[in-house]
This record gives sequence, structure tokens and C-alpha cells, in this order.
Amino acid sequence: MNFVALRMLTGDRAKYIGLIFAIAFSTFLLENQSSIFAGIMKRTTNQILDVTDADIWVMDKKTLYVDEVKALTDNDLYRVRGVPGVLWAVQLFKGQPRAKALDGTYRVVIMLGLDDASLVGAPTRDKMLLGTVDDLRQPDAVIIDRVGYSFLFPRQPLALGRTLELNDHLVRIVGIAEASAPWGTFPVMFSRYSQAIKFVGRERNQLSFVLVKPQPGLAVQELCARIEEHTGLRAVSSIDFAWQTVRYYIRNTGIPVNFGITIGIALIVGAVVAGQTFYIFTMENLKQFGALKAIGVTNTRIVGMILLQALTVVAIGYALGSGIAGVFFTITLRNDPTRGMVLLWQNMLGVAGAISMAVFLASLLSIRRVLVLEPAVVFRG
Amino acid sequence: MNMRLAVACRAVEKDFGRGATRIQALRGVDLHVPFGELTMLVGPSGCGKTTLLSVIAGVLHATGDEVKILDERVDGLSGDRLVQFRRQNLGFVFQQFNLLPALTAAENAAVPLLAAGLPRKPSVARAAALLERLGMGDRVRAYPAQLSGGQQQRVALARALVHDPRLIVCDEPTSALDAEMGQQVMELLAAHAVHPDRATIVVTHDNRVFPFADRIARMEDGHIVSVTAELKEHVQP
Repeated sequence: MNFVALRMLTGDRAKYIGLIFAIAFSTFLLENQSSIFAGIMKRTTNQILDVTDADIWVMDKKTLYVDEVKALTDNDLYRVRGVPGVLWAVQLFKGQPRAKALDGTYRVVIMLGLDDASLVGAPTRDKMLLGTVDDLRQPDAVIIDRVGYSFLFPRQPLALGRTLELNDHLVRIVGIAEASAPWGTFPVMFSRYSQAIKFVGRERNQLSFVLVKPQPGLAVQELCARIEEHTGLRAVSSIDFAWQTVRYYIRNTGIPVNFGITIGIALIVGAVVAGQTFYIFTMENLKQFGALKAIGVTNTRIVGMILLQALTVVAIGYALGSGIAGVFFTITLRNDPTRGMVLLWQNMLGVAGAISMAVFLASLLSIRRVLVLEPAVVFRG
Repeated sequence: MNMRLAVACRAVEKDFGRGATRIQALRGVDLHVPFGELTMLVGPSGCGKTTLLSVIAGVLHATGDEVKILDERVDGLSGDRLVQFRRQNLGFVFQQFNLLPALTAAENAAVPLLAAGLPRKPSVARAAALLERLGMGDRVRAYPAQLSGGQQQRVALARALVHDPRLIVCDEPTSALDAEMGQQVMELLAAHAVHPDRATIVVTHDNRVFPFADRIARMEDGHIVSVTAELKEHVQP
């Protein structure tokens, strides 16, 4: 009877296409919005996750997230280094000075001041497009990310040696690298710690974070606990700090509410439209189902037929919606403002579950109507 | 005379609604339908013909002494056993045909075989062969919307006969057809549905088809008021 179920489904072209469209549209919207939301949240953590050398970030214990920093004292660095189990600990400065090009173009930039000796936190070799990380050792040298470069030097080819003004300091670009997109659209710059602290307004303390590598065999969480115990500072793993930052943005911005509303509407509209269309489709076929019941098709088989119809429209609609979402993210991935936003398999899986559940619940209404249908209905004119 | 009975109903009752809205559709109906005969249930609208047919067909539960169909107490069957009994033993012809619009004539006629779990190809082939015998050989691939009312009822007849059931129940099989089509359908029904081990029950208002009956049971107000034998003078063997 499976082919009968499928022929009944595809027999009414308008409703069949309407069902597929509703599910495809809902799938696209859900995958699109949830993936963009995840991408935006990931952006808030990119400056943390881009630092791959160190495993632990040490900061003031009241620090809420990566973009709001209370400086530590230089002495804190030495105290961290003194904690048993620390292989090495280096300083990291994070500030937001204003960079101005010679033609007057300016942008606030994220300036990362790297430990002068080790340059921990610099772009990895595979991310360098022009120049090398070691070039940072030159006087007044900075590395800038490719997208930031195109902001400050629009429509100009990538080239080293160009100069920028940072807080009355003239700096020279010695390297151009790919950097993960930051929260907002700020260019990302790297410099030595000793230089970077001069590019922002002078404060008594300048040390933003201490980056720590544990000794081999020592668990990150255990060393974090030791650092906190010995210094009174907060020490967290990179991934925990990233999640802490994500939680801050979720709790303190309207982003999740905005996306949540869109996702909720997409789910409700998708479920209601698909569910209603499916329900109407079943109601219009009620007499046919009654005839099948009278002829001798069991309730179990009819439930199977309805579920097969639901599964078919979900599978086709979901595949179409996911395909459109895939094309969307393939296009946006190539655009600088939306780079790093990808269609996550976790989101696809979640959306598949949500859409299936919505249509399944809608089909339950149809199933209920068919189950309570007396086959004697076929004898009523 | 000792006749073999396909249907034996004794004191069958059926109510609809409750309290003030309660309607007694069947009030102690006794009916015997012998094998090898075409029995018609006739009577005014609302007299209980269709309700009785539904009870006999096992699609509506009634109360009463006994509803015995093909020697089986259908009032004692429930759930899947009743569905299975209908699938194996009954053929249905409905007033509005109730063909599935998305299936071809042959596929529609094959539905009882498919419902019994037979493979699609041989089922459709068997249904097509039957349609050929019913004069529909050139229309087996046509969809219901492409068929006339008479042709649709022939497909419905093929659907009722394809699994070789022992009892065929028909509800107003000619009411949606013109006189000529009605005659044709009744001729086919009488020719194919009446055999020594088969019985056919037809509910009808259409007195033009009465001559096709072996027996006519008249109903009024939920009772059988008379059963008369008729000569099948218009039917060609």
C-alpha cells in the first residue's frame, strides 16, 4: 500500500508542492538563522580561540568576557609563573586604539600585544599571507588581518610597508594574515607587547591577560585551580573562556532574543502551514481512507500510510531547504563581512529533528481523525 | 425449503445519539439472504437501509441477537479480525464510487489485493484482466477523472470482484448514473456477482432496477416489512 500512499500524496499537485515549500522554507529559515546566530556567537570568541599556543587564560577575577578587560599588574605575570605546573606564562595586551591611514581613513582596531620574546598568540604560519611573524621584531612593526587591510586600504592590492598612525605613533605593516572574524567588523592587529601598550591611552597597568602553558601531563583544569589558589586571579581554559564570553553576549545583548524570535516564528509558521496543509490534505481524502478501511485496510496500515506521506514531504522539503541554506552559506562564506558563518551540521541535525517533530505532531491530528473515522462513512452519500 | 444463507440477521437493533436526540435506526430487523441470489433492500429515505447494509458489511456495530455473515458471527469480531474478515470475504460498491483519484482504473480495482499484501504488479495485472472482462480493456490506465460515471462504477465493480469475495454489498450503485448506464451496471453486477457460493445485497431507491433482484426486502421505520421474490426477466444469462 506504500505506493498508494505516495500516489495519494502526489496526486494533488498544489497541496503536495505547498507542503514541500512550507517545509523547505521553514528548514531554510531555521538553518539559516540558527547558523548565523552560532556564527555571530563564535565571532565573540575568535580572539580567544585563535591563540593556539596557550591553554589557559589568566585574568582579573571580575572579568566577564574577553572584550572588557581590567588590567593586571606586571607582578601578576611573575606570580603566575611561580605556580607549580606552569611550563611557561606570557603577557598579552588587548586594546582598541584608532588606526588612521594617510588618506584619513580610520577604524578602531583590535590590537593584540604579544609577548616580546615568544610572540605567543601570533597568527600561525599557515595564516600568514604576506611577511612572517618574526618581522614583528622590527621597530614599529604590526601585522594586520586581510579584511582589516581592505577596510583601511580599500580596493588596493595587499602590500607590505604601508604605514598607519596609531595614537600619534607611526607603524609599518610587516605582515598580512587571515584572522577569524571578530565580533563587530574591527580590523585585527598584532604587535609586540612593549609597542602595543603605547598605542592606547596610557594607564597605570596595561597587562590584559597572562597566557599559560601547563607542564606536560598536567591537566588544564588542575593548573587553573592552582593558579587561582596561588594568585587570587581567575584562570580558565581557552574553551571555558570562549563559552564564558558567549554566555555574556547571550545574557546581556538582544541578539539571542532577536534570533530566537525569528527561529520561533520559522518553526511555528513551518509547523502550522505544513501541519494545516497536511491536515487539510488528509481531510479531503477522508472518504478515500474510509473506503480503504471498509475494503479491509487495517488502522495500523493506514497510520503507516499517513506517516509515510509525512516522512516523504519532510525528507524532500528538508533536503530542498538544506540545499538552499547550503548555497546561501557557500555564497556568504566568500564575503568578508559574513566570513566564518557556516552551516553547522549540529544545526542541520537539530532542524531535522525540529521539522520532523512539527510535521509528526501535525500528522498525529490527521491520524487521529482517520483512526476515529467509521468506515461506515463511505455508505453516506 | 432449506436454503444456505449468506446473511442471517436476527432482531438487529441500532441506535444513534443519546437522550432526546436518540434515533433508533434499526428496530429488531430479521433478514435472511440466501447464497446464489441478488437481494435488494428498498424503502423510503431514512428507513434504515444503509444502516442495515453497514451492519451486514461489518463496518458498523449493532446490538441484537445475532448478525451472522457467511457463517461467522461478525458482531463478535472486533479490530483487525473484523477488518481481515471484510478484506477476505466482502466486496463493496459505493454510491459515489469512492475511487482513489490518483490511481489508474486498474490500480483502483487492485486495491483489495494490495490491501491483502499481494505484490503490486500481479495485482494490477489481475485487476486489468477483470476490467477487460467488464468491457474496460481500453481504459485500464485511465484515471477516474478521465472516466464517465458508468465507467467509474464499472471500475468500482471490478474492485468489488477482484479478490473473489463471497458477499458483495452495493449502496445505491445506480443512483449517480443515467438509466442506460444504470442498466449496464446492474447487468454486470447480476452476471458477475451472483454465483452459487456468492450473494449480493443491493440497497437502492431505483425501481427501474428491481427486475434484477431475486428477492426484494422492503424496509420502513427500521423494520423489514416484507420480502418478496422477483423474476429476473431483464437479465441475460
